[in-house]
Amino acid sequence: MANKTAGLLDIQSLDRAEIDAILARAHFFQPADGETFRRSDTLRGKTIVNLFFEASTRTRVSFEIAAKRLGADTVSIAAQGSSVSKGESLVDTLNTLVAMRPNAIVMRHEASGAPHFLARHLQIPIVNAGDGTHEHPTQALLDARTILDQRPSLEGLRVAIIGDIAHSRVARSNVHLLSKFNADIVLCGPPSLLPRELEQLAPGVRLAYEMEEAIRDADVIMMLRVQLERQHEAPMSPGEYFRFYGLRLEHLKLAKPDVLVMHPGPINRGRELSSEVADSQRSVILNQVGNGIAVRMAVLERILGKPS
Amino acid sequence: MTGSLLITGGRVIDPASGGDAQADVLIRDGRIEAVGTGLMDHDAVRFEATGAIVAPGFIDMHVHLREPGIEHAETIETGARAAAAGGFTTICCMPNTAPVNDSATVTSYIVQRAREVACVNVLPIGAITKGSLGTELAAIGSMREAGIVAISDDGRPVMNARVMRRAMEIAFALGIPVIDHCEDLDLSAGGDMHEGPTSVRLGLRGIPAASEDVMVARDLLLAELTGAHFHVAHLSTQRSVAMVAFAKSRGLSVSCEVTPHHFSLTDHELEDYDSNFKMKPPLRCDHDADAVIEGIVNGVVDAIATDHAPHAGSEKMQEFERCPFGITGLETALGLALSELVHKDRISLMRMVELFTTGPANILRLDRGTLAVGAPADVTIFDLHTEWAYDVQQSFSKSRNSPFHGRRFRGSPLATIVGGEIVWNRE
Repeated sequence: MANKTAGLLDIQSLDRAEIDAILARAHFFQPADGETFRRSDTLRGKTIVNLFFEASTRTRVSFEIAAKRLGADTVSIAAQGSSVSKGESLVDTLNTLVAMRPNAIVMRHEASGAPHFLARHLQIPIVNAGDGTHEHPTQALLDARTILDQRPSLEGLRVAIIGDIAHSRVARSNVHLLSKFNADIVLCGPPSLLPRELEQLAPGVRLAYEMEEAIRDADVIMMLRVQLERQHEAPMSPGEYFRFYGLRLEHLKLAKPDVLVMHPGPINRGRELSSEVADSQRSVILNQVGNGIAVRMAVLERILGKPS
Repeated sequence: MTGSLLITGGRVIDPASGGDAQADVLIRDGRIEAVGTGLMDHDAVRFEATGAIVAPGFIDMHVHLREPGIEHAETIETGARAAAAGGFTTICCMPNTAPVNDSATVTSYIVQRAREVACVNVLPIGAITKGSLGTELAAIGSMREAGIVAISDDGRPVMNARVMRRAMEIAFALGIPVIDHCEDLDLSAGGDMHEGPTSVRLGLRGIPAASEDVMVARDLLLAELTGAHFHVAHLSTQRSVAMVAFAKSRGLSVSCEVTPHHFSLTDHELEDYDSNFKMKPPLRCDHDADAVIEGIVNGVVDAIATDHAPHAGSEKMQEFERCPFGITGLETALGLALSELVHKDRISLMRMVELFTTGPANILRLDRGTLAVGAPADVTIFDLHTEWAYDVQQSFSKSRNSPFHGRRFRGSPLATIVGGEIVWNRE
């Protein structure tokens, strides 16, 4: 599906070696404590367009900092106020941008498959920064980097992913990545947000409707945001949701003692996880944010430059 | 037309009579004059058909011609030319035009326009409800007088069972079938492709098979209640095939059609988010496609219909979830039926011809689809072995939204004869 020379469209079509290479390079870019990200000029003279058709703070800023740390020029465009609101089609918008000769486009779009659709029609590397409810490849890579900061390997880890799986591109990308490393993955959520077909997404996936079952002996717990904007009917009241699918301190006792609690953000305290869990020692949520920059540096460098 | 045409030396297959033998076909004054060996007519134009199949003109009972109102995507003229190039001599056009064909005025316009510009027979299908909005019945009787051959709210199915019941009662009295695009719109709402492992992986919203099945079940029960002839449009699921088979075994007046894309493609094709694979009902999973083929083999399926649904390029050149549903199909139907069904030894050539001729003719009670002496001289000539690839850029349709661009076929239409006149010829 993805063309290696064309950018990064999804995790599903990457192989282990490519993922390992990106994660190793991201490790190289990680700053020492108290320092900022190292600067290089690998991408000097390159121009990267960040095109965000959906609201985003962390991903957009993270891509922008990553590009700038590598010496590239960046232009960030939010769909609001652009020609899109004047009725221009996506292909025409992209063709217009491509005519300005950037070297790559980083795109977030609310339609699943939008970057794949564009990749078939445009001769430019496209980095998928999240497409609808399909994939968010750099999120899975930064999650893997975050786990590897605390564990020697992804191999055989027990990972619970909990929440609105049906609408989560983060879950899909993480399942594909973790499965390639033979992780034992449990997906958990309310029945209408947990279609049974998810079991066939990748090897090593099973489903659970109860938090306790999902969390037992987990090495990693990934909580997902309840994506109200993508749901077309409310399956559960917020109170009911938090009671049955919200992560609270007492749950952590069921998991491994050194369990990692992760969340792609933005977090809703009291909605999908309690404030105490978010701030606990087990939470690596802010590590994820930092690793986002290192991973995106590795991805952009891999697509646009040669490692020095 | 006046004058005569002698088609010589072909293998004549006529499901209406069961005939399958080498013979000549003599056409005079737009009617079949004689079928037999050694026919002579010194005044006749000769068409040499040795090595080819000579069949009754194919009937496609489910096409969208987009006229009136959406002429940038297709017109009656261009749709008819695409039909002729696909071997079809008669096409039935669905009422979802702008305005909707829900009155004798619109029906008459289509009939008149077809008479002026269409090179094949065009038979309109009237709407069930006004504007196909599902609430108030359309002027079904008046449309019948103006020339409709069936009623359907194709694409916008009647959700209200009581309205459907009343429509069936009227159709029963008028002796025309009710064709339903069976889809529970609440179950399918927001969906873009078949609901299953592939939709879940691609992050596209699903259209469950059950959204089709519950409506087929409802309509079968209403058909039993009213006595109307109920025809299932573009049947696509295993359970619906089974339900139609069950209804037939109970003696209900029920029939069904399947499209070439539903017997030749599955939802695996959606991997690349190519909107040329987006239609309703959606491409289903393997076991549904297998069941559809099994229904063709065992006789549950009565007709092959294309659901030819042209869309302008700009409409299909969008993010997958924003693209409209539907693909063109007139020019690829015969190639697919031969390549996927006949050459793979799933069905006989006779059975295939039946699905394109007597099948739809019987449902719609047409005097066509046969080479009987005196029948309208609609003839489809095709061969079984020409290897060819479909080039959508050469299509006679105004639209290019075919998933079969570049696909190779074995067997091809050679000539299409309507009312004794050659309206299309492969040469």
